[in-house]
Amino acid sequence: MSFEFLAIYWREMVKYFRYKSVLITSMIQPVMWLAFFGLAMSDSFDKLTSLVPNEPGVPVVAYITYMGAGIIAMDVLFSSLFGGTTLMFDKKFSLLRETLASPVPRFHIILGVGLSGVTKALFQTFIIIGFGKLVGMDFFKGYTLIETLIAIVGIMLLVTIFTLGFLFLSGSIAITVENPEGMQSILTLISMPIFFVSSALYPIDGFPTFLKVLSMFNPLTLLAGGIRYFALGTNFSVMGNHYIYTPVDIAVSFFGLIFFALVMLSAAMWRFNKVDI
Amino acid sequence: MTGNVIEVNNLEHSYGSLKAVDNISFTVKQGEIFSFLGPNGAGKSTVINILTTLRKLQKGEARVNGYDVATEPNSVRRSIGIVFQMLCLDHEMTVSENLEYHGRIYSMKKKERNKRIEELLKLTDLESKKDTLGKDLSGGMKRRLELARGLMTKPAVLFLDEPTIGFDIQTRMRMWEYLREVKREGTTIFLTTHYMEEADQLSDRISIIDHGKIIVTGTSNELKNKLGRDLIYLETSDNKRTAEILRSLRSVESVTEDTKSLRVMIGEDVTHVLPQVMEKIRREGIEIIIVNIKKPSMDDVFVHYTGHGLREGDENEKQQGIEMAVVSE
Repeated sequence: MSFEFLAIYWREMVKYFRYKSVLITSMIQPVMWLAFFGLAMSDSFDKLTSLVPNEPGVPVVAYITYMGAGIIAMDVLFSSLFGGTTLMFDKKFSLLRETLASPVPRFHIILGVGLSGVTKALFQTFIIIGFGKLVGMDFFKGYTLIETLIAIVGIMLLVTIFTLGFLFLSGSIAITVENPEGMQSILTLISMPIFFVSSALYPIDGFPTFLKVLSMFNPLTLLAGGIRYFALGTNFSVMGNHYIYTPVDIAVSFFGLIFFALVMLSAAMWRFNKVDI
Repeated sequence: MTGNVIEVNNLEHSYGSLKAVDNISFTVKQGEIFSFLGPNGAGKSTVINILTTLRKLQKGEARVNGYDVATEPNSVRRSIGIVFQMLCLDHEMTVSENLEYHGRIYSMKKKERNKRIEELLKLTDLESKKDTLGKDLSGGMKRRLELARGLMTKPAVLFLDEPTIGFDIQTRMRMWEYLREVKREGTTIFLTTHYMEEADQLSDRISIIDHGKIIVTGTSNELKNKLGRDLIYLETSDNKRTAEILRSLRSVESVTEDTKSLRVMIGEDVTHVLPQVMEKIRREGIEIIIVNIKKPSMDDVFVHYTGHGLREGDENEKQQGIEMAVVSE
């Protein structure tokens, strides 16, 4: 067993904590989404849906709580999707040469960068959950301490797998394209459908059928659904929609994300093995 | 081991139909500085890339520190240090962090790593810059840091690809001093250069390489002595006839005609030959415009063996200088 990926991880983290501007903005951004977008949307949605009758006996969840799970998913999506950019600059300024000329297996480079992205994503997840509490995002309502801990571990696992998947994707693109503009436009192109054709911000029940089908295969939907399973419980209603999560649903989230991450890993390995110095 | 740190036999490498390396064989001995001298595009970088396992070996055989480059690349990688032609430092990390990263990717233990960093900062006079970010270093310091990094793992052989390209002469000379110090510590050095002076000043042995072939190998003195002991540089009113006259003299070993001048290699002590030569030319009614005597330089050696100067190389160098400037910003 070799641990060279820890060297790559170390380097990414040194730089993450070095640049306070990057560090602070990456921490503030999710808070801003929640504070501005979240509060604005939840107020209008709650107003619109206040007339929809709720099924008796089903706990009603405020829209902001429902959306909070989506905000985590979205924030993690963007930070991991852009997280691979570091590899593009490393390649562009030939910093990658040093590592590629060393005995470090290429898989370790991808893994090291991936794990640094996971660390950052987990920071952001905790910030959203913490700050969310202050603005009425009511996660883990009525949970015991043990249940809360289990739920948090579950969310961390989902976020980890999801982040690795998108960092592998981002890394493959980064190592293939030549300039930052190209990288930027590809990522923007990818992120749009992933973001909107998902259940991150709103329920997918009202989608046209083909979008609904698409969104069910969307990793963002799998993540948002999984976080809701852990944070909101298995039986709740929001905006008049009644949700029941079964163990099958959470299994689909987990295995779907694992499958996605593995496919992205093989894409990354394929691109990385092609890199010539 | 046989005392040879590098052994290369019948190495060939092509890019498409272009033969970049053409049947090259050479050895580098333990503890020496060995140089590949030649213009850009001569195949120097290709050889270095094959020896450092960055390029796949196509044909022939190459061993570094006893390991086969083709079949034991990881053992080769653990035996060597590399200073690339292009600067490649992490500008967002400090001097000591750059070294620490290198130690980490080679799985050095923390204690050993820190000790080595101290030693190398001292060797390269970067102790006071230890916490300076890569981007705030001068060009020469960046190169020294790369040198230190190449030595982090105490490699059996250090490869340097054009180590002083684009530097002014003072920076270049300082770099040479550091490289001599590295050699004194027992590290074998393989370097490529297109600077005559660099090869001349630094190397124990030099291979002149041109169009993918090794033209000649030897110590700087051996190469110069092969040309003759001394050299007369002449400009006359009729160079063509002068050349003919001189070629008939016993003490003259060779005469090379340039556009304006003649380079005359003399096998004996020139101080006795020169009056004789001048007398002979004058008697033929040819006017001597300029005469100059000197010891043969690496320049003369190069021209002698390849039949051309390094001028094409200089053009490329200018271009590369620009690229480097862009990168280092």
